[in-house]
Amino acid sequence: MLEVRNLSVRHRYLQALTDISLRVSPGETLAIIGANGAGKSTLLRTVIGLHQPSAGSILLDGRDITALPPHARVREGIALVPEGRRLFPSLSVEENLLVGRSTGRPGSWSLDRVVRLFSWMGDRRREPTVHLSGGEQQAVSIGRALMANPRVLLLDELSLGLAPTMVRRIYSVLPELVQDGMAVLLVEQDVAQALRVANHFQCLLEGRTTLEGKPAEATTAIIEAAYFGLAGRTGPGSAA
Amino acid sequence: MTRGKSRDPDKTELSAVRVTRSRRSALWGLIGAAVVVILLATLPYVVYADVTDLLVNAFILLVLASMWNLLAGYCGLISVGQQAYIGVGAYTVLVLAQNGINPYLAIPFAVLVAGAIAVPVSFLVFRLRAEYFAIGTWVVAEVFFLVLVRVRSLGGGTGTSLPGLALIDPVFREALTYWSALAVAAAALLATYLLLTSRMGLDLTAIRDNEVAARSAGVRVTWAKRVVYVVSAAGCGAGGALLIISQLNVLASSIFSVAWSAKMIFIALIGGVGSIEGPIVGTAIFTVIQQTLAQAGAWYLILLGSLAVAVAMFLPKGIWGLISSRLHLQVFPVGYWLHR
Amino acid sequence: MNWVNAIVQGILIGGLYAIFACGLSLLFGVVRVVNLAHGDFAVLAAYLALVVISTTHVPALLTFVIVAPLFAVFGYAVQRLIIQKSLEVSPLTTLLVTFGLSVVIQNLLLVIASADSHSFDLGSLISAALRVSPELSIGYVPLMIFLTAVVVLTGLQLFLSRTAMGRAIRASADDQEAASIAGVNTRHVFGIAAAIAFATVALAGLALGSSSSFDPSAGPARLIFAFEAVIIGGVGSLWGTLLGGIILGVAQAIGAQIDPSYGVLAGHLVFLAVLALRPQGLIRARLAI
Repeated sequence: MLEVRNLSVRHRYLQALTDISLRVSPGETLAIIGANGAGKSTLLRTVIGLHQPSAGSILLDGRDITALPPHARVREGIALVPEGRRLFPSLSVEENLLVGRSTGRPGSWSLDRVVRLFSWMGDRRREPTVHLSGGEQQAVSIGRALMANPRVLLLDELSLGLAPTMVRRIYSVLPELVQDGMAVLLVEQDVAQALRVANHFQCLLEGRTTLEGKPAEATTAIIEAAYFGLAGRTGPGSAA
Repeated sequence: MTRGKSRDPDKTELSAVRVTRSRRSALWGLIGAAVVVILLATLPYVVYADVTDLLVNAFILLVLASMWNLLAGYCGLISVGQQAYIGVGAYTVLVLAQNGINPYLAIPFAVLVAGAIAVPVSFLVFRLRAEYFAIGTWVVAEVFFLVLVRVRSLGGGTGTSLPGLALIDPVFREALTYWSALAVAAAALLATYLLLTSRMGLDLTAIRDNEVAARSAGVRVTWAKRVVYVVSAAGCGAGGALLIISQLNVLASSIFSVAWSAKMIFIALIGGVGSIEGPIVGTAIFTVIQQTLAQAGAWYLILLGSLAVAVAMFLPKGIWGLISSRLHLQVFPVGYWLHR
Repeated sequence: MNWVNAIVQGILIGGLYAIFACGLSLLFGVVRVVNLAHGDFAVLAAYLALVVISTTHVPALLTFVIVAPLFAVFGYAVQRLIIQKSLEVSPLTTLLVTFGLSVVIQNLLLVIASADSHSFDLGSLISAALRVSPELSIGYVPLMIFLTAVVVLTGLQLFLSRTAMGRAIRASADDQEAASIAGVNTRHVFGIAAAIAFATVALAGLALGSSSSFDPSAGPARLIFAFEAVIIGGVGSLWGTLLGGIILGVAQAIGAQIDPSYGVLAGHLVFLAVLALRPQGLIRARLAI
């Protein structure tokens, strides 16, 4: 289980996140939505350890991991599928996946199981990743994170740069991940897609939480207000 | 920006902002500098030759270090090959002196020739990425050395003496050399100050802070770097000219030696890269170390090298950077002030 | 005028340059650091070998068994303690720091070992040669050095492409951040890369000591030749450094045939020509390294 408590992050002179708290339990999916620059990616990057918070803490299964470097957090059981895929251009598909195995964490995700998750991967494992389409690259990026056998999976803007049908196809693998008990924290600009797959959601605006709740309970109007920070609505609170 | 309020794009909350140069402190800085220069100019009448000799060496080092500082501090180009232009400057004076021109009058020509040669060389070395640029400039210096060392009329491998000064009274000659060195050092610092406070200086500061952002803001980065490279070379040419005049001879292997780069780097590093005052402080410190420890030979260089490593790692802004940030002091301010 | 002999010698010395170059190229490709003390570390290794020989009486050619692993450990320490810290200040600080180290090493060696030049005592091996034809003889030592270069480059290539650590090194060189979030301890990986680079530097120093004489100031020239080999061959390609080394060696040999003092200059001119006409080098690399 992942818990974030009162997290604040500064980028030099800019306050990127202020007092963010959230909790994701095993088998649950929490979606973070918000406009560009709201701080969503910063949140995930801080959880994985690429940014240091100025205040607050991050706990994994009760253990405080705030001081650990990224690779140590991966060893504890948390993995990030980064924004923009970030595959290694010099490495083939299979090699990219194998790098994900660097921490040696035991678990059900082996190279074979990951390759089977995406039907096309088996035949193309030796190809350099630069030859793949955007959707295929996204799949490899997810696979690389899965190879670390995480208990908490962070997904950063999976839909970025992908056609809608491809986006649905990518998200269709989520149920298989979740049924094993994985906790998923995802960040999405595509609000509809995010709310389709999430159990809970949180909306960020300029680094603060403006809304949290369950997708079924939130109307479009309420979400829009929280997303854009429109006049007449008051601050954070559940949508009910 | 408070949550929940609508944003009205027509309403600006900023009041008018005034941007000025720090006129008053700049003026004091320049006046102070002028006073110092005038005082220094009187020294030949007041002190013995060994003091003025020491100062000549210090002025030469100051010029060289300032030139290196321009390249490194404002363009992020670390050169280990400026000695190429030191040699060019020295040999230009030699050639002109061998053809009857007074060496002191040859100094401006040394500056021009060194600058001119730097232009085509820049096209070559700029092809190298920043990290390899350093060794590339070193290779260019080696090539200049290997070519010039074959020219017998210029002394070849064994060096030659500088003609044209034998008829001048030695004391007067030393004073002339001193005043030339003082003039060149003052001119170099003034030129640096003018460059950095000009429009190009703003471009350079932008490049130093973030080259990619500067380029996308329309700054002509390569052009600016080229200008600085040429100016830096020209300044080193002046340094070389002063060297041959003060030493009265030139030896290829020593004028083209990478040891000059070492001195420039140490001075600029220890004094503080990226400010005009830094090389001044660095030269002072270096001269003190050199005077007290030169007898120690290799140990002195070990100390200097270790000091450079330590300063680069732990005190990246150098001694002047430390003083300047603690006391909020700038003698030659090159920035702007914002007034509301 | 023995052109064939000169060219063959040039090719063989290319092997020596390649061993020098691959360490420089590896460190830059992975850690993005140009080590200006590269040549000086090699000279340091040569002096260390002299010490090992005089204390343990191990034959000169076997000293690498002791010196190379020592240098690997040394390289790991230098990377994690000095270079890593310098990189955090600014990427170009490493140039200044390694330059300072270069001066320190040269003068420490001067103080400890004096300015006299040394070389390894290889006994009769120094002059032993393969007589291919009346005009062409190939010295055993240069040949062995060339073969060592091929072995080292092959080994390096295999290591990088077949092993998990090699994969981690390539990944970290491609994208350090992405590697760290994939679970790679990139600082440790950079340390390993530096260790390997320094091991090759040790081999280069030993090769230098075996093939010619060296003194405390011999480092910078080696750095320049290594650098020229990298640029001529193509930044990012390991086999390119061998090609670059060979071209450099042949250029120097041809220059020396014309006039003994032209050798080094000829090499520089070929380097400048490549820089002017084909700055990406002769072999375009796919790899980051």
